[in-house]
Amino acid sequence: MPTPPNPEFEAECIRRILAGEKQLFHELIGPCERSIYFLLLSLLGNETDAEDAAQETVIKVYQNLRLFRGESQFRTWVLSIARNEGLGRLRKVNARREDSLDAETDQVTGDYTPAILTSWREVPLEALERQELGEMLRAAIASLPAIYRNVVLLRDIEEMDVRETAQALGITEGAVKVRLHRARALLQRELAPKLKGFAPKRKRLLGWSS
Amino acid sequence: MRIDCKHVWEYISAYIDGEVDAELRAHIDKHLETCEICSAVLDSTRNVVVLVADDRVFELPAGFSKRLHERIEDVIQSDSA
Repeated sequence: MPTPPNPEFEAECIRRILAGEKQLFHELIGPCERSIYFLLLSLLGNETDAEDAAQETVIKVYQNLRLFRGESQFRTWVLSIARNEGLGRLRKVNARREDSLDAETDQVTGDYTPAILTSWREVPLEALERQELGEMLRAAIASLPAIYRNVVLLRDIEEMDVRETAQALGITEGAVKVRLHRARALLQRELAPKLKGFAPKRKRLLGWSS
Repeated sequence: MRIDCKHVWEYISAYIDGEVDAELRAHIDKHLETCEICSAVLDSTRNVVVLVADDRVFELPAGFSKRLHERIEDVIQSDSA
């Protein structure tokens, strides 16, 4: 579970780091590590680049700590630095991607009709003990267009609120909601038919039936 | 106001996040009582959201945190030198 931000602790920590207690930076950045890494993984698409960019991000945060004004949450500020680091790398390799990460408009037409089902048996969290289920979920998220993947990652996986997600990604709160809705619809359509096999079997009333 | 299935699908994400107003929520709830398709779509979407949020789905690479903090320590040390 992601650690909830604690603004008082962060402000105190930053003050003391800037006053010379530099070791405290380890504690300050700890709760942001996961979000930094997964945001960069969603932008860059591979673990090695994401880890390298995550390290660069954290160094930049350390070196620019006195620029943090407390106008947003610390994690939001950190993630906007991570996002810039990720976008900078994408531009450098001149990766022409099909989907622009800077796209401001959400006018794209697409089919967000869900998979139509007539009943649903819930897949319990215990089913995640089966590796194939985790792989299936990761593959479905990886296959989302990047602008949707980023939002799912921050909202549903890192459990950030709409405002913080919007600030970290440099988009409006409305765009966060639209993209999250579409992402979830795409995930439901992709996953629901496959997930059925992971639901617990109904107990048979007659023990001897084949 | 009667709402149809497509209308419900448009609000599923906001419904899950508790972001629809009371009036719309009441209309959606009423629709869900009699529409097994929308109920199944809502339940499966909610199930997908819960599953992807589990920490076991997205784990940091082994040793990520250790390597990160070693790098930080290097920078702090050279900063203090």
